[in-house]
Amino acid sequence: MSLISSLGRFVLFVADVFRRSERRSVMYRLTLKEISELGLKSVWFVVFVSLFVGAVVSLQTAANMEGGWMPSYLIGYATRDAIILEFSPTIISLLLAGKIGSNIASSIGTMRVTEQIDALEVMGVNPITYLVRPKIFALVFFNPLLICMSMFVGVLGGLLAVVLSGESTAAQFVAGIQYDFVPFKALYALIKTTLFAFIIAAISSFHGFYTEGGALEVGKSSTKAVVSSSVVIIVCNYLLTQLLLRS
Amino acid sequence: MIEIKNISKSFSGKEIIKDLSFAYEAGQTNLIIGQSGSGKTVLLKCLLGLYTPEKGSILFDGLNIVNISSSELKSLRKQIGMVFQGGALFDSMNIEQNVLFPLQLFSDMSNSDMLDRVNFCLKRVNLENVNHLFPSEISGGMKKRVAIARAIVLNPKYLFCDEPNSGLDPYTAILIDNLLQELTHEYGMTTVINTHDMNSVMEIGDHILFIKAGEMAWQGTKSDIFHSDNQDLQDFVFSSELFKTIKQKSGLPVK
Repeated sequence: MSLISSLGRFVLFVADVFRRSERRSVMYRLTLKEISELGLKSVWFVVFVSLFVGAVVSLQTAANMEGGWMPSYLIGYATRDAIILEFSPTIISLLLAGKIGSNIASSIGTMRVTEQIDALEVMGVNPITYLVRPKIFALVFFNPLLICMSMFVGVLGGLLAVVLSGESTAAQFVAGIQYDFVPFKALYALIKTTLFAFIIAAISSFHGFYTEGGALEVGKSSTKAVVSSSVVIIVCNYLLTQLLLRS
Repeated sequence: MIEIKNISKSFSGKEIIKDLSFAYEAGQTNLIIGQSGSGKTVLLKCLLGLYTPEKGSILFDGLNIVNISSSELKSLRKQIGMVFQGGALFDSMNIEQNVLFPLQLFSDMSNSDMLDRVNFCLKRVNLENVNHLFPSEISGGMKKRVAIARAIVLNPKYLFCDEPNSGLDPYTAILIDNLLQELTHEYGMTTVINTHDMNSVMEIGDHILFIKAGEMAWQGTKSDIFHSDNQDLQDFVFSSELFKTIKQKSGLPVK
């Protein structure tokens, strides 16, 4: 399928997500279930990755500041900016595209090849609204919370690493975190996160929904979902940065 | 009653269903038979509104589903029950939740009434004490029975089944066939079953439609089959030694 026709199909798919849905109570319950399945089950993964990457970022910054002419509070400053601006919103979103995106594509793809989606349609249920909207709502709501947690844990990881390695003191690191803090940078990170959450849920659901064939094709859809959402995240990251930080 | 008038359906320029016309009466078990690739599933999907035929009309008690709005089709679908070949039970839900699902979406019953209805339907298909099991924990025959319970939970006017006894042992297959026939008569439904199981044809076929290469090759009742001079039908139905012997013992000539 050509890129243009895929794009057109995707736009129609997203439009269908926001059509009139089934009972509000049913959709509310499904959204809570997806928050639990897709969001809460990613908490420890995000905490683990953020803690160690935060530690590595601060140690690398410290290594690059050897010589003594730069104040050591800059380690905290650089770690904070690296984590808030790029690591938490973008890299964690890319990792979640792998973890959550493959989960979404394979679960919807399996429903397609085992006729469960046909069953929904025959029952008079709009399968796109029913299956995809709760996933989009769940991720758009919960991913910003996950990313806030990642920012906190990442910076904490950096603090622990520099203090334990003796590169700086906790007070200097905290002073660096507080130095020249621009709240808009955190807002920029949350705007990116919200868009990336939508991209992960919508693109992965799209690939899963249009799976044709059997188990092999479900695997292929899952791979396509991860690759496409990662590529779109990278491109949107550049465009949003240009738009929000440079204009 | 379901009336099909001159429907045709093509894929990539190849005509799969060719100018088919027939009618199904309420309270009857109607079978569609034919070889693999003859267009049975496409025909069934046209009847369900999953495919739109290029020509002709499909009337559900006078309502033509080919050119109705999506909201009209949606409300008609609440009167349709469907049993898919593999059951198509929702993996993430247990048996009770699977059967409860259509009620939660479309009925105004209280929770306790809904659960009573679910238990009644499960009991009707001879399943008890399985409510909290998941589809992966039950046998193929049980999955089919759960699918039937889910299909009848809203008291549908029309019941469609795609090869309901494929992959089942002969004993369970006959149980499923008999259950479908009983339910059809009990609820006065118009039941359409897509099959190539000759046991089903001989057991429950009130009306049988034989299609070959997308065209109607023959239609009649199970007893008409023995006396039909349609060679394609004879070759299809009496292809096994068992059925040849049955025909022979009935005193009819076998080629």
